[in-house]
Amino acid sequence: MASETQNAADAAASAPGMPQLDFSTFGNQIFWLMVTLVVIYFVLSRIALPRIAAVLAERQGTITNDLSAAEDLKVKAGEAEEAYNKALADARAEAQTIIAEAKAEIQTDLDEAMAKADAEIAAKLAESESKIAEIREGAMESVKDVAKDTAKELVAAMGGKADARSVTAAVNARMKG
Amino acid sequence: MATEANSDEGGLVFHPMDQFIIKPLFGDGPVGMFTITNSTLWMALSVIAIIALMVLGTSGRSTIPGRIQSIGELAYGFVYKMVEDVAGKDAVGFFPYVMTLFMFIVFANFLGLLPAAFTPTSHIAVTAVLALLVFVTVTVVGFVKHGLGFLGLFWVSSAPLPLRPVLALIEIISYFVRPVSHSIRLMGNMMAGHAVIKVFAAFAPMILLSTGLGLLVTPLSVIAIAAIYGLEILVAFIQAYVFTILTCVYLKDALHPAH
Repeated sequence: MASETQNAADAAASAPGMPQLDFSTFGNQIFWLMVTLVVIYFVLSRIALPRIAAVLAERQGTITNDLSAAEDLKVKAGEAEEAYNKALADARAEAQTIIAEAKAEIQTDLDEAMAKADAEIAAKLAESESKIAEIREGAMESVKDVAKDTAKELVAAMGGKADARSVTAAVNARMKG
Repeated sequence: MATEANSDEGGLVFHPMDQFIIKPLFGDGPVGMFTITNSTLWMALSVIAIIALMVLGTSGRSTIPGRIQSIGELAYGFVYKMVEDVAGKDAVGFFPYVMTLFMFIVFANFLGLLPAAFTPTSHIAVTAVLALLVFVTVTVVGFVKHGLGFLGLFWVSSAPLPLRPVLALIEIISYFVRPVSHSIRLMGNMMAGHAVIKVFAAFAPMILLSTGLGLLVTPLSVIAIAAIYGLEILVAFIQAYVFTILTCVYLKDALHPAH
């Protein structure tokens, strides 16, 4: 190795200056450069670049598809939410009407029952009042009779002769007073 | 290598350019047209690396890429976007061509940074061919697409009329200087970095020669080698990028020559 590099160094020394300007190697370099470039060009343009372009396009397509699918799902979710809200609102409204109906029904039932009860109460009251009046009348009569009898007995006990008519008149006058 | 061999004799001898000598890989004969040389070997290694990355790395065609496929896709997207943004949408037909140039240069540059490697892009013969390919392509495409209208590239219609011939002359000169700067920029950057590393590498074993000065020089050289190596990694990519983006700029001139 050392002797080889020594030879090379000697060769360089014998041809001083830059090895880049050694024109005897130009043909060789240019030939192999052209071979290299042609090989790279064909490998890239025939295999590598179309493949990478396809991969990138496919990836872009996948991303676009995924994004649009996500967008669709989002719209669907929004629709579902809307439908749910609508169903909820409908159910609420229905419940409200049912409640109102029930309330109204109950109210009418209640009113009916109240009216019936009121009527019964009024009837009972009237009956009771008439009975009370009867009783009161009866009681008045009895009081009169008792007073007359008592007055007669009292008069007889005092030794007088009780005149029925005057006793009655007296009792009546007293009762009025 | 050569410096070590010489330093055994007791002196510091620099041969920073020896690494660029093209020699046959097998045997010691002269370098003929079809001789397989060290340059050939490293061009072939670039091809193998490109195939490994762009073909084998993407063989999975996975929708969710692995590491190597990600790098391949990154390279694809990087160059594709560059062509599209700089040269225009109608230039994507040249994408495989630009991609070829970019991949070759970037791999030749990076593989050349391996120790004991050879850098084909440090040779003017290689970079000049690359630049001339671009120059010829651009000129041919320009004339095919626009006929004599392509010459409008040199006729600055926004300038005052008396100035236009002068500007046209300048434009024409700058047009023909393009391949020169295009090739020498790449070759010079590659060569300079490698040569500077080699110079510091020649200083590095100085500790073996003199204990006084060597104690100071050797660590400094090693640090300098590391620093310049880091810079060279940057340069290896940037020069490939610059070469490619200039190709795109020239292609844009060919496709849209109006000023």
